[in-house]
Amino acid sequence: MSGINDFAFKMATVNGTGSASANSLLMQAIFRMGIPVTGKNIFPSNIQGLPTFYEIRVSKDGYTARPQQVDLVVALNPSTYAKDVASVTPGGYLLYDSSWPLEPELVREGITILGIPFGKMCVDTFQGDRNRTLLRNIVYAGALAALLKIDMDIVGQLLVEKFSKKKALLDFNNTAIRLGYDYAKTNYTCPLSFHLERMDETSGSIIIDGNAAAALGAVYAGATVGAWYPITPSTSLMEAFGAFCRKFRTDADTGLAKYCIIQAEDELSAAGITIGAGWAGARAFTNTSGPGISLMQEFIGLAYYTEIPAVFYDIQRTGPSTGMPTRTQQADLFSLAYASHGDTKHIVLFPCNPEECFYMSVTAFDLADRFQTPVFVASDLDIGMNDWMCKRLQWDDDHTWNRGKCLSANDLESIKKFSRYLDADGDGIAARSLPGVHGNGAYFVRGSGHDKHAMYTEDSDAYQEVVDRLARKHRLAATVVPAPEIHTTPGADIGIVSLGGCHAAVVEAIDRLRDAGIIADYMRIKAFPFDAPVRAFLDSHAVTFVVEQNRDAQLRAMLAIETGKPRDEMIPVLDYGGMPLTAAVVVNAVTSHRNTSTFAVSS
Amino acid sequence: MTSIAKPAVRHPGLKRNALGFTMRDYEGAMSTLCAGCGHDSVTAALVQACFELALPPHRAAKMSGIGCSSKTTAYFMRQSHGFNSVHGRMPSVTSGASAANRDLTYIGISGDGDSLSIGLGQLCHAIRRNVRMLYVIDNNGVYGLTKGQFSASADIGSTSKKGEANVQPPIDPVLLALTLGATFVARGFSGDKAQLIPILKAGLSHNGLALVDIISPCVTFNDHDGSTKSYKFTREHEVEISAADFVPLRREITVPDTTEAISTITMHDGSVVRFRKTHDSYDPTDRAAAYAHVRACQQRNEVATGLLFLDEGGLDMHAVAKTVPTPLVDLTYKQLCPGNSALQALMEKYR
Ligand SMILES: Cc1ncc(C[n+]2csc(CCOP(=O)(O)OP(=O)(O)O)c2C)c(N)n1
Ligand code: SF4
Ligand SMILES: [Mg+2]
Repeated sequence: MSGINDFAFKMATVNGTGSASANSLLMQAIFRMGIPVTGKNIFPSNIQGLPTFYEIRVSKDGYTARPQQVDLVVALNPSTYAKDVASVTPGGYLLYDSSWPLEPELVREGITILGIPFGKMCVDTFQGDRNRTLLRNIVYAGALAALLKIDMDIVGQLLVEKFSKKKALLDFNNTAIRLGYDYAKTNYTCPLSFHLERMDETSGSIIIDGNAAAALGAVYAGATVGAWYPITPSTSLMEAFGAFCRKFRTDADTGLAKYCIIQAEDELSAAGITIGAGWAGARAFTNTSGPGISLMQEFIGLAYYTEIPAVFYDIQRTGPSTGMPTRTQQADLFSLAYASHGDTKHIVLFPCNPEECFYMSVTAFDLADRFQTPVFVASDLDIGMNDWMCKRLQWDDDHTWNRGKCLSANDLESIKKFSRYLDADGDGIAARSLPGVHGNGAYFVRGSGHDKHAMYTEDSDAYQEVVDRLARKHRLAATVVPAPEIHTTPGADIGIVSLGGCHAAVVEAIDRLRDAGIIADYMRIKAFPFDAPVRAFLDSHAVTFVVEQNRDAQLRAMLAIETGKPRDEMIPVLDYGGMPLTAAVVVNAVTSHRNTSTFAVSS
Repeated sequence: MTSIAKPAVRHPGLKRNALGFTMRDYEGAMSTLCAGCGHDSVTAALVQACFELALPPHRAAKMSGIGCSSKTTAYFMRQSHGFNSVHGRMPSVTSGASAANRDLTYIGISGDGDSLSIGLGQLCHAIRRNVRMLYVIDNNGVYGLTKGQFSASADIGSTSKKGEANVQPPIDPVLLALTLGATFVARGFSGDKAQLIPILKAGLSHNGLALVDIISPCVTFNDHDGSTKSYKFTREHEVEISAADFVPLRREITVPDTTEAISTITMHDGSVVRFRKTHDSYDPTDRAAAYAHVRACQQRNEVATGLLFLDEGGLDMHAVAKTVPTPLVDLTYKQLCPGNSALQALMEKYR
C-alpha cells in the first residue's frame, strides 16, 4: 500500500533526550515540500527516561488520522525494541543505532534492518555529553532525509530559521544533518521505495496544535481574563494565550497588559476566578482536563443557575482519576453535558481539529454571553497537543462580538424596576446588568433559590418558574449551537455518527468502506444540545454506528437520552486505550458487523 | 425562618454625605439573622463606614460565600451588586471580578467556617495575590448556619452549647495573614463599633487585601459561659494593642487634640490612618513585632484587637500583573481583537 507520498514512519526514543526538535524538523520539511503530513507525539507522563514515540504520516490524499502501522521505525530505545519491531508493516524497515551490536530482539523476518552508528559518529564529531545526546537526533533526521528523499535545501533553510541567532548551534546542526545524510547515501540505496516527491498541496495550510489554536481563538474572541491550574494536556493552552497576549495585547505606549492571567491555587479557584470575571463583565475562561472538571463541578452549577457566562476548555485525557495523563480520550462527555448537582445541562462544543478549535473558541464566547451560561469546549489531548495540518486560519474584520442582552447605563437609567431573571422577550433569556454600571441594575447573585426578581425564595412555583425558563433557554440553544455536519449519499447502507477528534479517522474509514462496497452516511456532532436534524439522521438509517473514544458509549447514551432514539438501535464503536483513533478501528467494526448480521449492502 | 428588624441605626436629621446620600441609602434588605447576632452589628458598622466614606454604592460590589455571615451582604447597600457565591470560594470569585474590573470597591464578607475551614486555601491565596478588597471574617467560632458545630477558629477548651470542649488547636486568621504577607491586618469586635468603623474605613481605602477579623458572637450557638467567642468573654479579654483613626482624603487633617504620641500612615489615595499609642513600642508597620505581640496576647488568653499591621507599599494583584489602568471590562472589541492582517502575519510562523 505504501508508496510515494503515502507512508508512515516513527521515531522511538527516550524522553528527555531532545528528539522533539528533530521530529518537528522532519515534519515541517515534509510540509514545506507541499506534501500533506501529520505528527502524533505519543509521550509518557514523565520528564526524563521513559519511552516516547513520534509518528509521522505522509498522505498525498490528505488523510490525517493516526496510521495503524508504520513503514519505518527509528529504534533508538532498547527498552521498546520488541514492540517497535512488531509495529513495522511487512516489507518495512528498521533503522537502529549500530554503534552497538544488533540486539536479537531487533531481528524480524520480512523487514529490512538498517544500521547507522549515530552514537559513535556523534562521539567522534562533537564535544560534551549534552551536545552528543542532542545532536544524535539531528543525525537520524539527516539519515531519514536521505532515505525518504527529504529536500535538503528546505532542511537547511529550517535550521537557519531556527538558529539564526545562534551561529554555533547552527553549525553543529548542519554538521549533524550531513553526518546522517552522507552515511545513509554511502551505505544504503537511497531513497527507499516509499519516499517523498514534491507536491503543491500545503500552500493554504498551516501546522498547529489545537491548544495554540484555541488560545488564539480566545484572543480573537476578546477574552481578557484567563484562570488556570497546570494540568496535562491543557497547560499549553494558557501558555499560548499568554504568549499571544504578550504579542497582541501589550499596550504599545506603556507596555501594560490588556489581559490578566491568573495561575490559581487549584481548579476550584480557577473556576471561581472565571465566573467572578464573567459576572463583572469580562470574557473569561479557564482550561483544564478531567480531574479539574471534577473539581469545578460546584462552581459550574452556580454559573448555570445564576446565569453567568464562562468558557471552560476541557482538554480530555484518558481515564477516571489521574488515569493516563498523556493519553487521549473522549470520556468527559457526561461530566460536561450534565456537570454539577441538581438539574443542570450545558452547551458543549466538539472541535474536530485545531482549525475548529480556533473558530469554535470564538463561537463559545459568543454563546456564553448570549445564553449567559457556562460553555464547554471539549477538545482532547490528540487535538490539543499534536501537530495537525489544517487550513490556514482566516479572520473577518467585520466580525464583532455578541455580548448578548447586557444593559447599558442608559438602558438602566430609564428602567423602573430591574428584574434580573425576568423573561421579558419570551426567549428564555433575561437581560443582565453588570456591576459598576448603574445603581438601578444592582441585584443579588445567589446560588440559593431565587425568583425571577433575583430575590431569595423557597416557594415551589417561584423556583420552578426560573428553572423552567432555564430549560427553555437550553432548548433554544440547541437551534443556535453549531449544527451537525452531515454527509449523505442516496442509497447509503449505514449511518456513522461521531464527534471531535474521531473525525479524521472516520472520514478515512468511510472512503475505505466505500472501496469495500459499503456506502456510509456520516453525521459529525459539533455541539450539545442536539437539535431535530440529529434525531432525523438517526431515524433515517436502519443501521447506525456511533464512533467515540470512551468505554461506556457516552455519546450514544446522550443521543438516546436527548432524542429518544432507542439506545440499542445504535451500534457502539468504542476505542478507549488512549491512542488517537485509526481508520482501521472503524472499518473493522463495520465490516465485522456486516459479517455477523444482515444489513443490506449496495452494489 | 427567623426575621428581625435591623438594629436601630440613628439618622440624625438624615445627615447627608458628600454624595448627598443619607445613611439609609447604605442599608439593605431586612436581616433574617437571630436577634442579637454579632453579624448584624458588623453590618451596621459597614453601613456607617461606607456612608462616612461617601462610597458610591453602585461602584461597590459585595462578595460572600455561604453562612449566616455570608448572608449579610444582602443587608447593606442595596444599590450595590452582591454576589453570594459558594461555600468558602468568595476569594476566587472576587479575584476574578477584580481582574475584570479593578475600579470597583470590593467588600468581601465571610465566616470562620467559610474562610478557615472549607475556604482556607482560597483565603491564603487571595492574600498572596493581594487582591484589592476589604476582607471581613465574621468570626464566631462555630458554623452558625449548620447549627453550631465547632469551626476551625474555636479555641482549645472552648465548650459547645452541650458542654463538650473543643480539643483541636484554632487557626487564627490574624496570625495566618501576618505570616502570609498580608499588607493590612486588623481585628475588631462586633460589640465595639467605635473601634471597628475606622478600621473598616482604612480597610476600604487600602491598596491591597485588607483582612479584618471580627469577633462576632453567635448568640444562638456560641454565647454561653465556657465559650471563648461569647460577648462576655470577648469584652473581658479584649486588649486593644493598636488604636487607629481614619482620616479620609477630603477632610482636612488637623493636629490631633491629644497629648498622646501619634504616628500616621498615608494611604495610596491620600487619606491618612493615625495610630494612637496604646501599647509601648507597638509599631504597626513591623510585621514581626505585630506577630509577636498577637502571639503573646494569645498566650495570655487575651484577644488582641486594633489595626495590627499596615504596609501601604505592597504590590496589589494588578501591579504584579502589570495590567492597564483601564478596567479590562471597559476595553472595546477593537482594542482587543488583533484583526486579520496580524493573523496572516502570524500564520507564516506556522508554515
Ligand atoms: C460545599 C458545602 N458544604 C457544606 C455546606 C453547608 N454549610 C453552609 S454554611 C456552613 C458553615 C458556615 O459557617 P461560617 O462560615 O462560620 O458562617 P456562620 O454561619 O457561622 O456565620 C456550612 C458547613 C455548604 N453550603 N456547602
Ligand atoms: S445562628 Fe448564630 S451566626 Fe447565625 S444568625 Fe443566629 S446568631 Fe447569628
Ligand atoms: Mg462562623
